[in-house]
Amino acid sequence: MIKLINLKKKFGDKWVAKGIDLEIPSGKMTVIIGRSGVGKSVLLKQIIGLVKPTEGKILINDIDINNLTGQTKNAAFKQFGYVFQFAALLDSLNVFENIGVTLLEQGLSVAQVLPIVQEKLNLVNLNSDILYKYPSELSGGMRKRVGLARTLITNPSIILYDEPTTGLDPVTSKIIHELMHDMQIKLGLTSIVISHDIEIFNYADYIALLDDGKIQFFGEANTIWQSENPYIYQFIRGLTNGPIKTETSNKLNSGILK
Amino acid sequence: MSILVIVDWIGAKIIYWLDIIGNFTLFITNIFQAMFGCRLKIGKFFGQVERIGVNSLAITLITGTFAGAVLALQSYKGFHDLGSENFLGPIVALTMTRELGPVLTGLMVAGRAGSAIAAEIGTMRITEQVDALQTLQINTFQYLIVPRVLAGTLVLPLLALFSIMFGILGGYAVCVYKLDLNSELFKAGIKQALLITDVYGGLFKASIFGFILTTVGCYKGYFTAGGAKGVGKATTQAVVASSITIIITNYFLAAILFGP
Repeated sequence: MIKLINLKKKFGDKWVAKGIDLEIPSGKMTVIIGRSGVGKSVLLKQIIGLVKPTEGKILINDIDINNLTGQTKNAAFKQFGYVFQFAALLDSLNVFENIGVTLLEQGLSVAQVLPIVQEKLNLVNLNSDILYKYPSELSGGMRKRVGLARTLITNPSIILYDEPTTGLDPVTSKIIHELMHDMQIKLGLTSIVISHDIEIFNYADYIALLDDGKIQFFGEANTIWQSENPYIYQFIRGLTNGPIKTETSNKLNSGILK
Repeated sequence: MSILVIVDWIGAKIIYWLDIIGNFTLFITNIFQAMFGCRLKIGKFFGQVERIGVNSLAITLITGTFAGAVLALQSYKGFHDLGSENFLGPIVALTMTRELGPVLTGLMVAGRAGSAIAAEIGTMRITEQVDALQTLQINTFQYLIVPRVLAGTLVLPLLALFSIMFGILGGYAVCVYKLDLNSELFKAGIKQALLITDVYGGLFKASIFGFILTTVGCYKGYFTAGGAKGVGKATTQAVVASSITIIITNYFLAAILFGP
């Protein structure tokens, strides 16, 4: 179980998170939705330790990971995998080196790493033909899958996905969603996904909606279309009127569009 | 009211500079921790030796040769008027060894390799490749920074040595073949005036310059923000900051190593 308790983050004078409280169940897929720029990626980066919270706690199995140091901290973060929005593959390394970089850096030989890399490639439905290709030679969908394979190399129990289908066509997006779902089931992972793609609701267990620096809705994914929560109602139907502030509603309120 | 504004402005500037100094100090501390606390990535180190050293050799030789040549040419008139042409060899050799060789090498490599370091790491930062390494539990200082800083620190003295040798050869060529100076006189003057401590001092300076240009390049790249524009800014700042730091540091090193 991952618990976020009164998590706050400030950049300069701007509060991006104003007190986020959220319990993310283990072994399930939780999708965090919200408008662009509300701080969803920052929230993920706080969970994985790339961004330090201004206030609040992040508990993984009741241990506050922000208070950990040295080896204990490394061990705690080894549970995590992170799939970046644009895959963030190391462009000077080929696919084999990208996926196996962690093991190669730990001192394992190429012969030891190769079968593990091939196994992870198979998991994400890619074959060994692309092993020695560079990221620039891969399609967007392949890059995302290589990014996922790289994440799986350390056998994480929690995977964070930052908008995994951004920039992909609907067919490839569906393939990626199915892959995420398969990983979830096969490996019993806890998945936290940031997405704008409503298609992912078909695969998610829980949905959380972030707006104005707080979680405004948390519930089971199969109930959201019936939900009367004004935030989720407005967001999933793409309405401009409602508690979620949009440029249009701001202009209407200020009289510019009246 | 206006005094408060001035005090506020001064305070903000002081905080800004203290923040930069603090960040840079922490950055250097992290470099040394990774340098002495982790195993050196030999392959990456030699890769950087090639990129910073071998690939900068041509510009270093050209710069050194022509710096020595023009030094001899410009000094000739003054010494000729005084009838002291025998000082040309020592002047070229001492200036190249103590000052021009190390400084010109530092500045040329800062422009060529320092900018490349900042651009490469900066691009990795804005495309989240540095974040990706961190999420994979890879020590980014050990992986990205230490090989570059160590390669720069160790390879710059070698480049400076070539620069010095070719600078003296450039000066020799001008004196002997253009100005018809006696070649034995030129060589004898160098043998008499140039001490081994001058060479050690010059190479030590080059090593410090190598540390400066790689550290500044890595620092600017590592903290790049703001997309492609940010990478451009980081690259420019890396060259400007390392060049200025090299020039200022050179004065103090010269005062300590060769001062009266």
